Amino acid sequence: MTRFDLLRSPFLARLLRSRWPRLILSVAALAGFVLAIAAGLAGTPVGSRNFGIIAVWIAWWAALILVAVPLAGRGWCSICPLPLPGEWLQRGGILAPAARRRGLGLRWPRRLRNLWIQNAGFALLAISSTVILTRPAVTGALLLGLIGAATVVSLVFERRAFCKYLCPIGGFVGLYSQVAPVELRVRDAALCAAHREKTCYVGGPGGEGCPWQVFPAGLTRNSPCGLCFECLRTCPYDNIAVNLRPFGADLPRPAGRRLDEAFKGFLMLGSALAYSAVLLGPWGEIKLAAFRVGTPEWAAFAGGFLAATFLALPGAFALHVAAGRLLAGPRGNFRETLASYSQALVPLGLAAWVAFSLSFVFSNLSYLWPVLSDPFGAGWDLFGTAVGAWTPYLGAAVPTLQAGILIGGLAWAAGLASRIGHRLLGDDQRTSRRALLQASPVVGFAFVVTVVQLWLLIG
Amino acid sequence: MPFSTSRSPSTPANHAAARPAAWAGFLSLALVVLLVPVPTGAASGERTIRIAASSYAYDPGVVSVNPGDRVTIELVAQDVVHGLYLDGYGIQLRADPGQTARLTFTASRPGTFRFRCSETCGPLHPFMIGRLSVGPNLTLLRWAGLGLLASVFGLWILRR
Repeated sequence: MTRFDLLRSPFLARLLRSRWPRLILSVAALAGFVLAIAAGLAGTPVGSRNFGIIAVWIAWWAALILVAVPLAGRGWCSICPLPLPGEWLQRGGILAPAARRRGLGLRWPRRLRNLWIQNAGFALLAISSTVILTRPAVTGALLLGLIGAATVVSLVFERRAFCKYLCPIGGFVGLYSQVAPVELRVRDAALCAAHREKTCYVGGPGGEGCPWQVFPAGLTRNSPCGLCFECLRTCPYDNIAVNLRPFGADLPRPAGRRLDEAFKGFLMLGSALAYSAVLLGPWGEIKLAAFRVGTPEWAAFAGGFLAATFLALPGAFALHVAAGRLLAGPRGNFRETLASYSQALVPLGLAAWVAFSLSFVFSNLSYLWPVLSDPFGAGWDLFGTAVGAWTPYLGAAVPTLQAGILIGGLAWAAGLASRIGHRLLGDDQRTSRRALLQASPVVGFAFVVTVVQLWLLIG
Repeated sequence: MPFSTSRSPSTPANHAAARPAAWAGFLSLALVVLLVPVPTGAASGERTIRIAASSYAYDPGVVSVNPGDRVTIELVAQDVVHGLYLDGYGIQLRADPGQTARLTFTASRPGTFRFRCSETCGPLHPFMIGRLSVGPNLTLLRWAGLGLLASVFGLWILRR
């Protein structure tokens, strides 16, 4: 598959090796988040007039889901301000690590080295999201809590354990980073294997060991790599490449998929559907139930959400995979087949999130200009934009864009399911028919999910 | 040379050769599905629709009219000030608490459109949304048809 190494450009190589660009962007993002926290906690309780709500859930979210994740994968994680104070304390330096690290430096417990805590954290956010998205104080407290948790974890456990195992946003970004047309890989894996010191992993004169605890030669997909480019600085052989590649190059890989990753896909897809129904649907009772956290109706909503995303959606998907195995003749382990086909949920889920976000973002983006001038809703007018009328953008074009993106995601998911089938069963004339038969029910599942999302968004 | 009726094997080379033709076929069918005219014979007339707005919901939340109908919306704000902005038509009205606001327009564009509150009315204000269908929702059916086409295309053609 075609790759182009961006580090062939001396300018880009210098830019990515330097710690300054990342520090500048991280500090700018941290300043924005600190302002969002302050506005959330001390500003107006009216969400649409508060910088904390609009900057985080409209501007940042739009930049993340519509641009950063599809195009740069974990690029956001590289400059994310949430773990920044903890990372600075842990390594004893702001720009570069000090000679001696601080904190307890414990290893993350082996039994927790998976995505289940991230999944649970995201589910917890999802069932509370109607309040988080609309109450500035809750958004402020959440961001502060995440920074605090990341700092504590950095001082107790080694490296970026928070980002890798706990951060609910990191899990989301990691899953969909697999579609991005950018990857960090090694140029020659044999060179890494022969390199005894493994400075990319343990650290060396050029910098610290991989904060994400990744051995770059073992990277086969984007999810584990935080794109901090520290390995560029520690590799003595200049053996790291930052490639431009086709979209979704990580995905058709049947081997080594785990159920926690599969459930991440179910959770994300289910959340996109649920958000579209709750936030963008015409059903006021569901909105109020989702908003009244702690009440019996909220408990019913939360129970329904959890049952749908952790039971109904995976159950329906498993039935479709089982039907495919029945049609094609069972071969291999069912669990592995299920986990392999769950990769088809990645383009499907990303398309669902992008389509949902288009409506959500463009109908509310005009709130951004007033809050830039008056972040606390205190009557300021810093840039002369405080008195801006609400105007939905691209109102007539958004439904067509949403539908096009959903259909594109469906075609991609169908192609991916077909490729997975062919990799699982073989691609010669005899096995190709069986592979198509096995993949067909999964494609049927994707089609039904897409039609439901179409109905929710443009129906 | 005898005429052979056997099918050519499904090799990667054959598959690659068939790809441009498959793309052309898919795009042609997609255009047909999206653009082929479908007659909708409903008669147009005068419609008055009373919509009650309270606590982040419109009642009714889903409204249907016929293309060409002269539609009068009566918006009644039952608790606090509410607004109604109709996507696609770009029209809006505002009702003060306990008051009724009226707006008349011609439903000249068929399709399904969201209407949303245009006056900050509380925490869930950005999500106070309703739906207006002008005629049958052919757009949804067309896109669902395209989805079926995309599924087959993806399964068969995009496997490499």
